[in-house]
Amino acid sequence: MNTLLDYTLHLADNQLILGQRLCEWCGHNFVLEQDIAMSNIALDLIGQARSYYQYAAKLDGKNTEDELAMLRGERDYKNLLLLELPNGDFAETLARQFFYDVFHLLQMEDHLTSSDESLRAIAEKAVKEVRYHVTWSSEWMIRLGDGTTESHTRIQKAVNKAWMWTGEMFKASAFEGDLASKKIISDPKQFKLSWDQRVQAILSEATLKLPLEEPYQQGGKDGIHTEHLGFILAEMQSLQRTYPGLSW
Amino acid sequence: MVTREDIFKRLENVFDPEVPVLTVLDLGIVRDVLVTASEIQVTITPTYSGCPAMNTIEADIKKELNDLGSIKVLTLLSPAWTTDWMSEEGKLKLKEYGIAPPVEGGRGMFENPQVDCVRCGSKNTKMLAQFGSTACKAMYQCQDCFEPFDYFKCHR
Ligand SMILES: [Zn+2]
Repeated sequence: MNTLLDYTLHLADNQLILGQRLCEWCGHNFVLEQDIAMSNIALDLIGQARSYYQYAAKLDGKNTEDELAMLRGERDYKNLLLLELPNGDFAETLARQFFYDVFHLLQMEDHLTSSDESLRAIAEKAVKEVRYHVTWSSEWMIRLGDGTTESHTRIQKAVNKAWMWTGEMFKASAFEGDLASKKIISDPKQFKLSWDQRVQAILSEATLKLPLEEPYQQGGKDGIHTEHLGFILAEMQSLQRTYPGLSW
Repeated sequence: MVTREDIFKRLENVFDPEVPVLTVLDLGIVRDVLVTASEIQVTITPTYSGCPAMNTIEADIKKELNDLGSIKVLTLLSPAWTTDWMSEEGKLKLKEYGIAPPVEGGRGMFENPQVDCVRCGSKNTKMLAQFGSTACKAMYQCQDCFEPFDYFKCHR
């Protein structure tokens, strides 16, 4: 088992799948500025995904970056379940984004000191982008939470709904455990305390509450997905599968 | 034989396709030029991870240097690009073009930098949106003359 390859694919898949989800908003958002914001965030994420797939292709030595991104089966994808959930309304998309952004930033900050040169280089670029994403999603959490009764109700509902999918972020998969034991990355459970604090700081300003129950859903890192991923892949991959090797 | 300086001179003819007043040198994305007996290597770094202009820039560099020999364009991620590498001349050109150049300040999460209006110079401006027409920009508006304008974000 090549744990570094698995982890790199996990990172690549996270950004690709969330990027794809955000792109679904393109042309459908409630206001042009936020349509542009989500497309820009998606662009950053897909750019990062590409860097990871290029590195993964190098580690793999068999498949190209395009094959890894576009031609694997559903069970081969290792993204977090949270990121494949349907967009729902603006509030649901935002809650998902906020929970992930805060985690993503902690993860990238950790990679800045990784002993793996490629993970470190990608993080050096990504950390600046993700910091900007956190600002965007935090500001909107506050704006909706501390907004009207309607916006407060809907973002609180979205927080409650996304919550059970957040636990997986901090639960090390076999490949993360291995890399943590080799000191290439930190065990993601070490981000939990900072994540709680950062999330809580924004949520209290937004007058929102976190659910009390333990967030229990998991499986994405091991390729056990919700029913939603298959549909995303069908849409993403249909062109490559219909016209193999297709390029612009 | 062509020198490193010759190459840099020629790169002044290669512009950012998204902000066409800036050359690749103004942007600070050319990290190195190496002239060997067999080829010319130009190392560039992307501005943002997903910058869609990178492929075009690579092609434009190859086109510009085509008559000088075999050209190789390499991409380097680290150290990561920062607007600190943008030339002073580039910042002036941006302003004349109607895009406010990056300014320091506003390092806190919700603190926006003080960006002066590109039309009337007023300091009384506000951020309309954190994101703009390209990854490197945000949208501002002047509260005195009401001109909406792009701001080239400080990225570091
Ligand atoms: Zn003005």
